[in-house]
Amino acid sequence: MRRSPVSTSQTTTPATEHHPAWAHQFDSMEQQRDASSFGMWVFLLTEIMMFGGLFTAYLIYRIRYYDAFVAGSSSIDVKWGFYNTLVLIGSSFTMAMAVWAAHKGKRMQQVLYLVLTLVLGTVFLGVKAVEYKAKYDECHIPGGVIGKGFSATGAAGCSAEGNIAEDIEHPKNLAGKEVSGKPRAAAEQIARQTEIFFVFYFAMTGLHATHMIIGIGVLLWLLRRAWNSEFGPEYYTPVENFGLYWHFVDIVWIYLFPLLYLINRIPHK
Amino acid sequence: MSENSHPTPALYLVIVSCLFAGTVLTYFAATWEMGIFNPIVALTIACTKATLVILYFMHVRYSNKLTIVTVCAGFFWLLILISLSLSDYLTR
Repeated sequence: MRRSPVSTSQTTTPATEHHPAWAHQFDSMEQQRDASSFGMWVFLLTEIMMFGGLFTAYLIYRIRYYDAFVAGSSSIDVKWGFYNTLVLIGSSFTMAMAVWAAHKGKRMQQVLYLVLTLVLGTVFLGVKAVEYKAKYDECHIPGGVIGKGFSATGAAGCSAEGNIAEDIEHPKNLAGKEVSGKPRAAAEQIARQTEIFFVFYFAMTGLHATHMIIGIGVLLWLLRRAWNSEFGPEYYTPVENFGLYWHFVDIVWIYLFPLLYLINRIPHK
Repeated sequence: MSENSHPTPALYLVIVSCLFAGTVLTYFAATWEMGIFNPIVALTIACTKATLVILYFMHVRYSNKLTIVTVCAGFFWLLILISLSLSDYLTR
């Protein structure tokens, strides 16, 4: 049945008087925005559960193989993880500023902050590549599918930094002086068990990095739309919802940094 | 969600400074001998940082009740996932 018009003005209102982003099923732009925001949060809940499963598995194995987790964690160069945490927090800040600029209708600032977010996200991935390369050279990639096969006991062809068994048998204190360690057999067993730590290291940082790569793709799309002045105070939902995603990825890293890099960094006496 | 409910850039600067400070703090906390408290301190700092991001960068503090309930539900289910799984493994 055809609906009769309530007033003549409604029938003559051209469609262009609406904001172009206003979908017809919503009563108002505000309702549309709230619905989008709710949908984004529900998506993020599924993301929390996905990473949550990995974190739970990590905790179970960390409790079971604690010595190996400490040894594996300490074999990672902490400075890169530390710098990357600062870089990612910085990119969250620039993303929050991009949302703010979109909300205030400041086009050039919005573009600038999106570019900064993009640059910081790329720096993060670059640092991650440097870290993965070091682990490749040390033969610390688990599974034996990629690289020269897993070894933490000083196999031929692996860089000396990867010899975790040596570090457990002959640990050094801050002054570089050797202190007493574990017997060779125990050191080798712990070193072999670090493979399970590296499974979690690569699974968790890899899934996180995948999110970053997807995020950088979406950022490019947002940048193009921001450049074309598609966002303003009335409509900036894509920027806002992408901001939620980017901050979520930041939160995951906030947990990954202490859980993977800082299990136990207490210097030997 | 009212239109003027956005945090200001000045507030964002304060939050990002706190997050940087938390990162430095969590590194030094890992180098101090605190026994059982090492992981507790590390997770407390991480949870504080995550809460700051959620409340301010993700605007949850300024959001409607539906969003707040949704966020809380997510962390509630995460808590169930972690606590019930670990209660099994830790009591075997």
